[in-house]
Amino acid sequence: MHHSIEIEQLYYSYPDGHQALRGVSLHIEPCEKVALVGPNGAGKSTLILHLNGILSGNGRVRVAGLPVVKENLGKIRARVGLVFQNPDDQLFSPTVYDDVAFGPIYQGLPPDEVRQRVEKALAVVNMSDYLQRVSHHLSVGEKKRIAIATVLSMDPEILVLDEPTAGLDPRARRSLIKLLDNLDITMLVSSHDMLMVRELFPRMVVMDNGSIVADGPTQELMANEALLKAHGLEAP
Amino acid sequence: MHVHFLDPYRPGHSSIHQLDARVKFILTLAFILTTALTPIGAWPIYILLLAWAIIVEILSELGVGFVLRRAVLALPFVLAALPVIFTVPGAALLSLSIGPWALTITLPGAERFISIALKSWISVQMAIVLAATTSFPDLLTAMRAIKVPRLLVAVFGLMWRYLFVLVDEALRLMRARLSRSGESDREDLKSGGALIWRAKVAGGMAGSLFLRALERSDRIYMTMLARGYDGEVRAAPLPPLSRRDWLTLWLCLGLLFAILVGAALF
Amino acid sequence: MLLSPFLSPQPMHIPDGFLSPLVSILLWVFSVLAIAYSLKRVNEDLGERQVPLMGVLAAAIFAGQMLNFTVAGGTSGHLMGAAIATILLGPWAAILVMTTVVGVQALIFQDGGLLALGANIFNMGVIGVATSYFVNRTIRRIAGERRWGVFLGGFLAAWVSIVLAALAVALQLSLSRTSPANIAIPAMAGIHALIGFGEGLITIGALALIYAARPDLLLSSKQRAVGGNALWVSGLAIALALAIASPLASSQPDGLEWVAEQQGFLDTARGPFYEIIPDYIFPGISNQAIATILAGVLGTLMVFGVSFAVAYSRRKRRLNEVRQSR
Ligand SMILES: Nc1ncnc2c1ncn2[C@@H]1O[C@H](COP(=O)(O)OP(=O)(O)O)[C@@H](O)[C@H]1O
Ligand SMILES: [Mg+2]
Repeated sequence: MHHSIEIEQLYYSYPDGHQALRGVSLHIEPCEKVALVGPNGAGKSTLILHLNGILSGNGRVRVAGLPVVKENLGKIRARVGLVFQNPDDQLFSPTVYDDVAFGPIYQGLPPDEVRQRVEKALAVVNMSDYLQRVSHHLSVGEKKRIAIATVLSMDPEILVLDEPTAGLDPRARRSLIKLLDNLDITMLVSSHDMLMVRELFPRMVVMDNGSIVADGPTQELMANEALLKAHGLEAP
Repeated sequence: MHVHFLDPYRPGHSSIHQLDARVKFILTLAFILTTALTPIGAWPIYILLLAWAIIVEILSELGVGFVLRRAVLALPFVLAALPVIFTVPGAALLSLSIGPWALTITLPGAERFISIALKSWISVQMAIVLAATTSFPDLLTAMRAIKVPRLLVAVFGLMWRYLFVLVDEALRLMRARLSRSGESDREDLKSGGALIWRAKVAGGMAGSLFLRALERSDRIYMTMLARGYDGEVRAAPLPPLSRRDWLTLWLCLGLLFAILVGAALF
Repeated sequence: MLLSPFLSPQPMHIPDGFLSPLVSILLWVFSVLAIAYSLKRVNEDLGERQVPLMGVLAAAIFAGQMLNFTVAGGTSGHLMGAAIATILLGPWAAILVMTTVVGVQALIFQDGGLLALGANIFNMGVIGVATSYFVNRTIRRIAGERRWGVFLGGFLAAWVSIVLAALAVALQLSLSRTSPANIAIPAMAGIHALIGFGEGLITIGALALIYAARPDLLLSSKQRAVGGNALWVSGLAIALALAIASPLASSQPDGLEWVAEQQGFLDTARGPFYEIIPDYIFPGISNQAIATILAGVLGTLMVFGVSFAVAYSRRKRRLNEVRQSR
């Protein structure tokens, strides 16, 4: 069985010369749930964008058994569901249905299968009644769930979320946590929400300044106050 | 994301950078007008104008290579003028035979084509220098100085203020679309969707961009009101030009006029 | 890869050097008049309250022009935006918004020249907006408040504005004796009939989203879209003038025809072609028509060439900029 995510010595500089990743190595097993924490600007989003080849730096990245190279990008994008921080960027169709159907239609699935996929994905995020709603008018929490549905409809092997609880009110946050808890799928989630990290993720990876500075059981790392403090984090 | 790479302005302290934006703006326009007025085939005048452009590039410390590279890349439009090498009547220069046909390049045709290409190339160099040595706020000042109405200048200013924000938004939308543009493992499926569907999706992205922009503009208006905006766009009075600026302005305008007279005699 | 949207295969921004001084200055005068009148109308309507609206929308149109969709073989479709701007803001504000977009493109990015800016504003701003307004208004009047009017009006406005703006570019180039009319006009018209289709589809997509989310913006009795009958007539007049002038200009005997004549090509053509297409089946078909068709084909290839070259160089340029921006 392959690792779900294998990253070996990954370096990346933005076009303006800013070095955002400085030799990142990370291995994640299938069905593992891993939290990625670190201060703003640590490079979490940059790392995430390498998982489906939106960005490509120097180093080796394999996802779901495939090297992330140009020939594989189509297959990889179907296997990795990337949920961006701002759900508005992910919702660009008139109705919720159209947004969730994007992935399956792009893959060329026949219409009834598309419909099934959409209904199933919406059921998973508890939004079945929203099929014909207009994405634009939903609350942030609802948009977030729809954004997750837009990638679940692709039936991905790996779910990657960038700061999913940022900007949610307590109730929306709670229901999102419940949703993530119920999903049985490999998951890498970047977050500043240490309470959620402790609750959901057995393993935690700490990033700072473009490198991974700690990687281990969440329990242990959370107990290490000096480590957290050194990287601008707080134990819950 | 940061898209400041879009901004071609390169800060610096060269004499061109220090020249007042109003003077630069007017001289650039005058230079381009002079180039346009130069007749077809006035080769010595073109050389003069090109020399002028290169001197300005050297003075600007942008690097002649930088400007020339950009200028060449901005030039493919010349293909639109290519047919004139065959269609302007005159003495034959070269005959190309393709199968049963023969295309004849004429001397006046070639002259016209090369002149258009040169004029375009020389003009765009000056525009590049203007954009690379003048910050946008200074360009706005120059626009006010040539009496562009305040309201329009204010629209330009606000556009610039939000340009990078919205380009960023557009890039993020495309990123999100790309992330979900996957290929199934099933061999029988062809990915990509129908052309009309793809166009509609792009339209949806544009619509969402416009809608969010409209709503953002409402919020901006509120914050402007909250800061005491009463519907009048005000602007500080323009500072006077220095002696050096005046001198440069008149000297260059005089030289350009002399070149024009030369071109007319030619 | 993310920058490929800068690939914009629309040879619509005329650089400096391609228009004769007379044409450039004349079009500057037209544009200045149109802008001045638009400013007056915008001031009367909502005044400077519209400044943030127009500024942000101009930025959005600029950014929206980057959104692309794959057509085939590495080419992609894009938005020019005059039609959607007209529909969302009304014609007067739309003229100012397009002026700002085209102005920034020329001033900052050298997409289009500075002396040629008057022409570019006229083509994309004034012609684009006036003809969009005319078409959309007409369809909306016929359709009343019905939904199909919004979409058909948007699609046709987008298509017509692109094709007519392109015809205007071709006419201006041939008036400046930069490109022969009987090549430039049919070629620009042909290619932009297709590009306009893309513009129309994107416009429908944008309208569909806005209609779903904020139908009030499109069906408003607030009448953002008021232009008045004078503008409606101007739009009609511009459309008619371009539609009539273009075939007239392109039948001027200055194109490939004389090449054919000179080379005795007409004689060659008269033989076999003449028998395949006899006069009584296609009345009026003659060697001149054949020459025109040939010119059209060559011209189409040429516009394709320009499109690809523009697209390619823009991509390279942006990529270079990214690399150099350090
Ligand atoms: N497009 C970009 N161009 C240049 N620098 C960027 C860009 N995007 C992010 N950065 C920089 O890269 C670093 C890492 O950013 P990011 O991955 O977004 O961090 P995080 O998600 O952990 O907050 C930051 O210093 C940020 O400023
Ligand atoms: Mg981030």
